[in-house]
Formats: sequence, C-alpha cells, structure tokens
Amino acid sequence: MAKINLDSILEGRRSQPHMLIEVLLDLQDQEGYLPEEALKTVSKELGVPLVDVYRVARFYKAFSLKPRGKNVITICTGTACHVRGSHLLVNQVRGQLNIEPGDTTPDGQFTVECVNCLGACALGPIVVHNGSYCDHMTPGKLRKKIDKAAGKKKEAQDA
Amino acid sequence: MPRISQARDLETLQQHFVAKRERVKTTIVICGGTGCQASRSGSVIDAVRAALAREGLQQDVSVRVTGCHGFCEQGPIMVFEPGNLFYCHVTPADAQDIVSRTVKKGEVLDKFLYRDPVSGRTITKEADIPFYSAQGRQLLNFNKLVDACSIEDYIAIGGYRAVAKAIKEFKPEAIIAEVKASGLRGRGGAGFPTGRKWQEAHEAPGDEKYVICNADEGDPGAYMDRCLLEANPHQVLEGMMIGAYAVGANKGYIYVRREYPLAVKHARIAIQQAREYGLLGENILGSNFSFDVEIARGGGAFVCGESTALMTSIEGKVGEPRAKDVHTVKEGLWGRPTVLNNVETWANVPSIILNGAKWFASRGTDTSKGTKILALTGQVKNTGLVEVPMGTTLRAIVYDIGGGPKNGHSIKAVQTGGPSGGCLPERLFDLPVDFDALWEAGSMMGSGGLVVMDDKTCMVDVARYFLTFLLDESCGKCVPCREGIDRMLEIVTDIAEGRGRPEQLDLLQELAETVAEASLCGLGKSAPNPVLSTLRYFMDEYKAHVLERRCPAAVCKALIAYAIDPEKCTGCGVCLKACPHDSITGEKKKPHVINEALCQRCGICIGECKFDAITVR
Repeated sequence: MAKINLDSILEGRRSQPHMLIEVLLDLQDQEGYLPEEALKTVSKELGVPLVDVYRVARFYKAFSLKPRGKNVITICTGTACHVRGSHLLVNQVRGQLNIEPGDTTPDGQFTVECVNCLGACALGPIVVHNGSYCDHMTPGKLRKKIDKAAGKKKEAQDA
Repeated sequence: MPRISQARDLETLQQHFVAKRERVKTTIVICGGTGCQASRSGSVIDAVRAALAREGLQQDVSVRVTGCHGFCEQGPIMVFEPGNLFYCHVTPADAQDIVSRTVKKGEVLDKFLYRDPVSGRTITKEADIPFYSAQGRQLLNFNKLVDACSIEDYIAIGGYRAVAKAIKEFKPEAIIAEVKASGLRGRGGAGFPTGRKWQEAHEAPGDEKYVICNADEGDPGAYMDRCLLEANPHQVLEGMMIGAYAVGANKGYIYVRREYPLAVKHARIAIQQAREYGLLGENILGSNFSFDVEIARGGGAFVCGESTALMTSIEGKVGEPRAKDVHTVKEGLWGRPTVLNNVETWANVPSIILNGAKWFASRGTDTSKGTKILALTGQVKNTGLVEVPMGTTLRAIVYDIGGGPKNGHSIKAVQTGGPSGGCLPERLFDLPVDFDALWEAGSMMGSGGLVVMDDKTCMVDVARYFLTFLLDESCGKCVPCREGIDRMLEIVTDIAEGRGRPEQLDLLQELAETVAEASLCGLGKSAPNPVLSTLRYFMDEYKAHVLERRCPAAVCKALIAYAIDPEKCTGCGVCLKACPHDSITGEKKKPHVINEALCQRCGICIGECKFDAITVR
C-alpha cells in the first residue's frame, strides 16, 4: 500500500478537535476509504479519542472503513430518481455484479453505492461513475457501462 | 487587487466593471451548473472557446459560464446577449457552426431552438418560453448575469451595495425591523419568521455570536440551495454579512453537503475573493464591523438538516439533535447565540435591504411573502428549477410551467417537501403554494421539492420509499423515531408485499400520529407525513393492496406479473440476453416467454424491449 500522506491534510488543523470531519473527508477523498492506521494518527494529532473518531466515521454516510473498488458506481435513489425508475438500476447491478449496494466485488473491480440525492433531480435517474455524472440512465445503458468498464480493464491487463 | 475600504470605492469599482462589460459586443452565456455539466456542458464551453479563437473573435465575444438557469432537462443551455436568443441540447460538435453562423452572421439555427411540447412550435427567445415566462424570478434571475467565480461580475450587477447600505445607513435594530416588515420566512422548510429569529439572537447576551448558512439540503428531490450557492455564492455571502451585522456576529459558517462539490468550490472561491477585496475581515467598509466566513462540509447525514444536529456537526462531532428547550438563538454553536438560516433565506436578504421591505412584501400571500424556488421533478415534461411568487397554485406550476404529464400518462399527485412533506392529490392542485396552505393540507413546503407523480407511481410504494429513507437517516437517539419508523415500514412492507390485513391500516394511522407527537426533533416529528398524507388521500390504493392483493399502478413486485405479448414480440432476443435471472426463453424470431417462477420482476426487460412487448399486470 502506498504511504498515506496525512501531513498535508493535518496541516493547520492539529489539536483542533472540531476539524475531525473535514480531516476525515479529505482522507476519504485521497484514499477512497479510511484506513485504520490513518485514523489512529488522526486521533492523536487532533486530540480526539479514537472511539469518537470511529463513532464519527460510522455515523456519516460519506465514510467507508473498507477499501472500495476501482470503479465506484453511485446510483442516486432520491425521490425524483426513484419515480423515474432508479430501483431498476439497483436491480440491474445486483443481477449483473451479484453484489448488494455498499459492497465491492471480490475482484475489487466494482463498488456499488446508493445515495439519497445528488441534486441533479431534473436529469434523473442519475448514476455517477468514478465522479462523472451520467443522466437519464436506463438498466440497459448501465449494463453497457459496466461491461465497458470491466472490458477496458481486461484490455489494459492484456497490453 | 483593489481593496474596498468604503462605500464610495464600491461605486467606483462597479462603474469600472460595468464599463468593462459594455465593451464586449456579444456574450454567450453557457450554463455550467451541475445539471448541465451532467449533460456535458464542460466540453461545449471548451469547444465554443476554441471556435471563437479560430474565428479571431475572442476580443468581441465573451463567454460567460454561469450557474444553473433552471431548465436542466434541456441542457446544455446557451443564451446569446444581446437578443436573448436561446439554444438548448447543444453538443461540442455544434460549437463551430454556432460561432460561424449564429455569432458571426446572426443566423438563427432552427435545430437548437426550444420546441414547446404543448404547442409544438419553436421559440427563439428565452423570455418567451412558457417555462420561464410563467415564473416570477427574483433570485434565480441573477444566475445568468454572473460567473459564479467572478466577484467582478457580482459587483457589476450591484453586488455588495446592500451590505454597504446596511452598514452606512442602518443600525442593527433597523435592519431587523426591515427584515421583519418584509415578512421573510425561513426557506429551509418550517417557515419561521426570519426577523424574529434575528431579533432573539441580537438580544441574547454574549459577545461571541455566529451566523450559519445551511446548505446541507438533504431532501431528496430538492436542489435549489445547491444551485444558488453554485451560481451566485456572493449573494449568499452578502446576505450572511448583513445578518451578522444585524445580530452582532463576527464569524459565519457555510455548512454544505459534500455531495455538492461544485457548490463547495464556488463558495470557497467567493470567500477568498471577498477577503481579498476587504469585504470579509476586519473593519469592513471602514466600519467597526468585522466578519469572516468558513466552510464546513457535511458528511452525508439527513438529520444534520436539523439545526441542533447541524451545529454539533460543525463542532466535528456525531450529528445528533438535542431537545430545543433552550433555543439555538440563545445557545447554539459552541453554546453561543447562533442564527441559522437556509441558503435561499440568506440570498433574499440583500434585495430586501436594497429595495425595501415593501418591495419584497408586495409579492406573495398574506402570511407567506416573496417568491419561492421549487425543484420541479418527476413525471412532468419540463423539469427544472422554478421560482414563483408565493401563492401560485400547484396546477399552474405543474401544468403551465411544467407542461403537464409525460408520454400520455395522467398526473395523480405531487409530493411536496421531501420526506417531511406529503403527497397531495390532483383534486387539490388549486391550493396555493404557501407555508400555511400546504401545512393545512397535510403536507409541507419543506425546502421546496415538488415531485410530480403519474399513474405509474404507487402511493404505497412512495410511503415505503420515504420510510426506508427515514429509517436509514434517523440518528436513533430517541425511541419514537427509531422504533416508530421501523414499525411503520414493517406494516407498509406487509401491505406492499401482499400480506396486509385491514386492521393494520388503523394501526398504521395510530402509529404515525404517535411518532409525530413524541419524537425529539423535526426529522421524527415530520417522518409520518408521507404515510399520513397517502392514507388520507390515497386510501383506495392501500385498500386495493390489502383487500384485493392488487397494485393498481403495477409497481409492487409481489403483486404483479410480467408477460410477453406474443403479438408484439419479434423474437429479437434482446430481453433474453438482458435478463439477469435467466427467466426468459425462446427461439430466434419466435415469440419469447417469461418463466414466472424465475422472474424477479426487476423490470430490466421492459427497458430493453424496443417493441413494447412486455406487459405488467
């Protein structure tokens, strides 16, 4: 595992317990999840007991304590997306990848997550693939997207 | 960097920026909000800039990348100034054509014009499109006038003049009186009078006070706060500055969802620019008033929309609410007097100071003044952000602005106010949208989400949806909310899955009323609204599920069956390949069949079939 660079994240925030969430968000953005070792350092440097660091990490949805896949597929299940069939998209990935939302495929290729609203309701249903928004999704479009992401990976390995 | 140290500097600077803007002959305004970005406006912007460079037009034509114009469904959107010509669904490949023909020769290209789905006619000017002309935009209008990352733009349209006026001409008490007289009520949902909140914080003892802007916006289906903060962050900052001056606060926080990265970015840029210009910091505009703002990102917890939970979250802790026996205006963030208002509330403040309370109160109803931004989504033709004077009817919003139902279906209900609100049936569409009328009808304004539902939407499923959401989001601190939502969900799930018993309907009603009464915070108190309102207005659907084991909208999986219409099926095999459960069989070019025992009713085949051959009953 690459060495985690916490110094830049902690700079200007040391010994300031109220900065915990901001620090964890930056760490999550950098690593994709919250590694245990890093949480211990955060606890020490901010002066927040480790148990409280974990409570916060478990409480907020933004945080993941497990590593996530190379492809993170986020399905918006907000009301507007729901009435336009986002539950069908969830069914689609369940069937295609054989995992439940929140889980990662055993090969570490895909993580599927649901979020309660991405604020792009007019274009629903919305799926975010590694940070880029895909509007008006259908199960078919999503299936192709996942196939493509899986296929691309294979080609890269072959090359 | 010019520093503004007195009101006169601001005027000089404004004149300078206005003159600079006037030297540009044509401006292409392109929407760069999250909605249009999702439809790839970023590449359109790059392509337009490249085309302008190729034609040597960079000097005469400027490109203004703005926040949301509201008509997200039509994105990417482009408006030409002067002339108000409106193009929609533009792609990067179109950029060269647009520059060489429309910008250079003034040609209007038919294929980019908006086609009215009701009349079928094309419309040239933005102002003539019914979606826009039927609104009464006060706040959203600024969006297309400014580049969110440019304080120059904001100053050019008169930005920060309100705070200058407030500091120069008003005592804090006079500002509070003006806000009170305007009748502004909190746009976050509950509609608490803003002036009264400010006064209580102003009167609360203590030297250290705070103002907070709530941009958490956890309501699924609402995104007006994101748009305002993304598109015009300076206006929100200016509102906060005026509020801080009025209550005596020196420090402000913008609590914004991390799911809104563009809003976070733009707010950060705006704060930095305001600091550089001396509009934030010590002795603002040469006065004794000092104020600065910081950003705190939310971690994705709906309950943090609750004021006490939000403040705990800013303190870096688990966002659990507390009982409000002592109000946050007296003991809020770090136990100090705190004013918390929503993004839209803050954004309304500068205009009130600049144009006066009377101007603001001239629109709206007796008890709800001004305009309200609504997120119109769901099964309606024109989805997007809508701003109307309070008191506009639901019918006008859904049919005149929204263009009515899609694909020949009929509209059944509109869900207002997100998980805290309720579903109102079509027969109540003449209700005016104001805080009190919606409340009396068993729903809520909430933050202003309007999700339109048609005959394909099952109201039991909607109740189940919201309960699932709320169960997931309840912080679990108090029993009525934690257990009550779970039990309600249990009953609604029974009903949706065909195990419902008639006596459960009464129990559900009783349970919902108890949770509403006994919960600690607003999340729990309003959690039963989706259940209570669907029970009240859509009992027939509940009864169909319970007594006939039937889902009228054909949504609830346990009560429906899929089949293939042999008349329509061409045997193309697409559904067979798509079905993840191997429940479809058939030979090529012959009608296929669904094996009901294997079918999971996931609906994927419907989306894949090009011949409309899959039926649900």
